Amino acid sequence: MAYAAGVDVGSTQTKAVIIDEQRTIVSRALTDTGANVIRAAEHAFQEALRSGDLREEEVEYVVGTGYGRYKVTFGNTQVTEISCHGRGAVHMFPKTRTVLDMGGQDTKAIRVTNTGEIVDFCMNDKCAAGTGRFLGAASSALDIPLDQLGPTALRGERPVKISTTCTVFAESEVLSWLGKGKKIEDILLGVHESIGTRSIGLLRRVGIEDEVTFTGGVARNEAMVDTVNRRCGMTVNVGEESHYMGALGAALFALDRIVASRAPAKVQGEAS
Amino acid sequence: MTFTAGIDIGSTYTKAVILDRDLRIVGRAMEPTGFKLPQVSERAFARAIEAAGLTREDIAYLVATGFGRHQVTLPDVQVTDLTAGARGAAYFFPNTRTILDVGGQTMKATRVGDDSKVKSFRLNDKCAAGTGAFLEKTARYMGYDTSEIGPLVATSKTAASISGVCAVFAESEVINHLSEGMAPADIMHGAIVSLVGRSVQLMKRVRMEPEFTLIGGILRFERMVDVVRQQLSADVNVPPGDLVQFTAALGAAILGQRRLASLQASGAGAA
Repeated sequence: MAYAAGVDVGSTQTKAVIIDEQRTIVSRALTDTGANVIRAAEHAFQEALRSGDLREEEVEYVVGTGYGRYKVTFGNTQVTEISCHGRGAVHMFPKTRTVLDMGGQDTKAIRVTNTGEIVDFCMNDKCAAGTGRFLGAASSALDIPLDQLGPTALRGERPVKISTTCTVFAESEVLSWLGKGKKIEDILLGVHESIGTRSIGLLRRVGIEDEVTFTGGVARNEAMVDTVNRRCGMTVNVGEESHYMGALGAALFALDRIVASRAPAKVQGEAS
Repeated sequence: MTFTAGIDIGSTYTKAVILDRDLRIVGRAMEPTGFKLPQVSERAFARAIEAAGLTREDIAYLVATGFGRHQVTLPDVQVTDLTAGARGAAYFFPNTRTILDVGGQTMKATRVGDDSKVKSFRLNDKCAAGTGAFLEKTARYMGYDTSEIGPLVATSKTAASISGVCAVFAESEVINHLSEGMAPADIMHGAIVSLVGRSVQLMKRVRMEPEFTLIGGILRFERMVDVVRQQLSADVNVPPGDLVQFTAALGAAILGQRRLASLQASGAGAA
């Protein structure tokens, strides 16, 4: 049995996924990227090996992806995260035609074919507005853990209007709303709405085609999913693997390479 | 009753200046702005009056400026920070034609006529990469406080390359530089070079002409002034000492004196 791995080194978190030849996820792991990117990649991969009860030699091919993909020193090759998210999303949700990937420092809208090939994409590239960092800023300003932001925002009724674009200024704006006596729930709902507006803008630029799959770390946030659903006017696909979609896509590309490398041998075998 | 006050409620600090009829600064005070603008402006005003050895009744006219000017209840009138900054710059340097004002969350370039009236201006208040917040963030990523920026950067000989596109993205750049063994002072210097690059763009957009006068809290860093001078290849004026931070408040108080003079003139005429 051969195994393939994908390691997605994101700006905030590093994800590793190992799949078997049937394209089934055998194990996965998550670690904070931090300052030492090389070590984060190794750590995530080793964790995935351990939880899958596998030895390193059993993994035949490793593909690195994400902004730190060239720091996956043990990887056999690299594939961009755009291709990987597209591939992973179509694998998990075969009817996917549009992918919204929201990570720690970037948000991407990707249009894909039924095989997961990229038709078009656009992303925020100049500034952190509308990315996970915007939530991070709200989290630190209000002193609420990241995983509590969604549940808290869902209790909001009247979202405040967040007027700043810049993530840095958003932190002060959040505090100023608090100073004006607004409820934390309504402030957070406003923060989610603001990010939602920006991501829908990105999606419109590539064209929103049914079905939409939401990937990346922010897809774990229920309030963000709710906001995106409302803004898209449809229920977007979100799964347990959403956070790992890039790593999964990378693992699928790795498996392709394994299969391709065997093909000539197989032909020879059949001939004999 | 010949004293006037100017209060500049900035994004980061609130400054108050008291002027006498001969336009001499008799008292001033500064407070972190925070989020309760009426209270903070009241406090800065009270402290400036106290520093001047006056009482509230001595202040005949009060002018507010800065981003928070409409949220305070004290003043007789409000003026924009551009108008106030122009008056304050002309107080020190009458031949000022272009002003660069860099504050905690804003950057402004203003071109003024020989009457110190605003002719053209450009603002950046949408993105932290073009404001003092960029330096504050860069310092914080390296574990330094805002007050340490000046002394830190004074020791740098060469500037690290910092793209300065986004204050959030700068964190990765800073971390990369640190892990490559680069000195924090050089990284801070790089952030200043990047910020000044944006300032010069803004100044070009108002079609800058000499003399150049630099004001605002960020210009208290001497290195910032040096880099502006280098990038403009021209001499620049800077108000003395920490008055650089009080320029707009001073300008507001000057406008208060003018208003007071015209009120008294018309009052005298009526009598």
